[in-house]
Amino acid sequence: MSFFETRNITKRFGGLTAVSNLSFSVEQGEILGIIGPNGSGKTTVFNVISRFFPLTLGEIYFKEKRIDTVPAHKICDMGIGRTFQVVKPLQRMTVLENIMAGAFLRTAGIGKARHKAEEIIEFCGLDRYTHREAKSLPIPLRKRLEIARALATEPELLLLDETCAGLNPKESESAIALIRRIRDTGVTIIIIEHIMKVMMGISDRILAINFGGEIAMGTPKEVANHPEVIKAYLGDAYA
Amino acid sequence: MKHKNILLTVAFFLVAFLLPLFVKAPYQLHILILIFIWAIIGTSWNLLGGYAGQVSFGHAAFFGLGAYSAGLLTLHYGISPWWGMALGPVVAALASLPIGVICFRLRGPYFALAMLALGEIFRIVFLNIASFTNGAKGILIMPAITSKELYYYIGLLALAVTLLTTYAIVHSKIGYYLVSIREDQDAATSLGIPTTLYKNLALLPSAFFTGLAGALYMNYVAFIDPNIVFNLTNISVMAILVVMLGGVATTWGPTVGAALYIVLGELFRTTLGSANVLVFGVLVCLIIMFLPNGIVGELDLIKRMVTRKKTSLSGGV
Repeated sequence: MSFFETRNITKRFGGLTAVSNLSFSVEQGEILGIIGPNGSGKTTVFNVISRFFPLTLGEIYFKEKRIDTVPAHKICDMGIGRTFQVVKPLQRMTVLENIMAGAFLRTAGIGKARHKAEEIIEFCGLDRYTHREAKSLPIPLRKRLEIARALATEPELLLLDETCAGLNPKESESAIALIRRIRDTGVTIIIIEHIMKVMMGISDRILAINFGGEIAMGTPKEVANHPEVIKAYLGDAYA
Repeated sequence: MKHKNILLTVAFFLVAFLLPLFVKAPYQLHILILIFIWAIIGTSWNLLGGYAGQVSFGHAAFFGLGAYSAGLLTLHYGISPWWGMALGPVVAALASLPIGVICFRLRGPYFALAMLALGEIFRIVFLNIASFTNGAKGILIMPAITSKELYYYIGLLALAVTLLTTYAIVHSKIGYYLVSIREDQDAATSLGIPTTLYKNLALLPSAFFTGLAGALYMNYVAFIDPNIVFNLTNISVMAILVVMLGGVATTWGPTVGAALYIVLGELFRTTLGSANVLVFGVLVCLIIMFLPNGIVGELDLIKRMVTRKKTSLSGGV
């Protein structure tokens, strides 16, 4: 069995099927990219993995344990961290306190949590903003804070939801460098991203979805040249 | 900064401890005792409403349960109401468990409304099971001790315990988790925080100490009825106002707010006659408009305003 695996997962909101019969797996240490047009169900995939939404059908396994039946807060405890596409910083807390809130999952001591948070702040290059309130940060730094806070929970699998969206080329380059560094520490990553340049550069494999179902899966090159993917993004005329 | 805070705290309790040596008039002691009771209620409310962000409009339920625990002991069993000081907080805390399990299924304004309804339910139930509670006739006890100094020191001790306990909770892992839940519940969940459990962990001590204030009130005032202790506007809403005045999510805010509320309330009542509530209302509006974080919360702003005035004065001369 793979490190992480979904089996025929389906999520319906009333009559709308947001994710339909999707199966994929991720090996340890890999970066899997998920791409797809707007509204194709990428974020919903993350939301059912992290149990923010209950699954309609299917099963999800992580390290040979079934995880689609445990409560949302347990998912993080089991080793799956996530970030949000629309960032959710703890506004009136400082950067340090935000990250400490994550670190408390593995320790109860204030000193230990602070020490851990300081390490992560340095790792993510947020040192200059340690005591800034989260609500005072610009978007690129908020996105970075999302990653840092998730890292503080010591995840083995990290779900990154559009961490480069809205960033200028220089900012997204440093975000990519951070994601690579995270991977080098042994964390497995599933990443959702719109910017193809980002995806081509860092993903080991890419899963392309449309209307909640898989349309292509493979190396970045294979997926980019796949006729179904081109059709989904550019229309029939280009396929 | 930390040193300064400890010094200020020690100074406060030292002054409060020695105050009855100088203040002997029963009326002034009465005002101080009321301030202590309200500071306990405000500090308890602040833990749940200020730090965890779960705004309760029903803290009168816990206040009333504490008061009635003490009153009913005397009424039915002839036991000294002082035992109610031990029983009241426990009863309020136990009652908070099912209340939390049910009401924390709701978020934001819906939670506030559920708690509001809850306080009213307690009032109506205690009014109507007259065979047990004496209904609207209330419970009158003959206090064994009438010395105000004793109530003063008991009130001060109860406030000290409440402040220390909430301080310890807020400055632990639980405190960080409560503030995280207030700031963003979904983000908190994504960090592995069991949000419902931690909200209950905030409600439990909050109800406990509000119950303690209720039991102290019964002992001190010696008369309660459901319309007094389960009152929506005079207890539940005032608990919120005391915290708003003093400073939401600050250690000393509720105590400062309680002092302000009681002192101004008395001042307006004796000088303005029936217009006192109106003036008090206007004052609350002004504070909320210009000092939205309360007096302790906006201390820096107030300091800056004062120093600016001083420099401009000296500059003018």
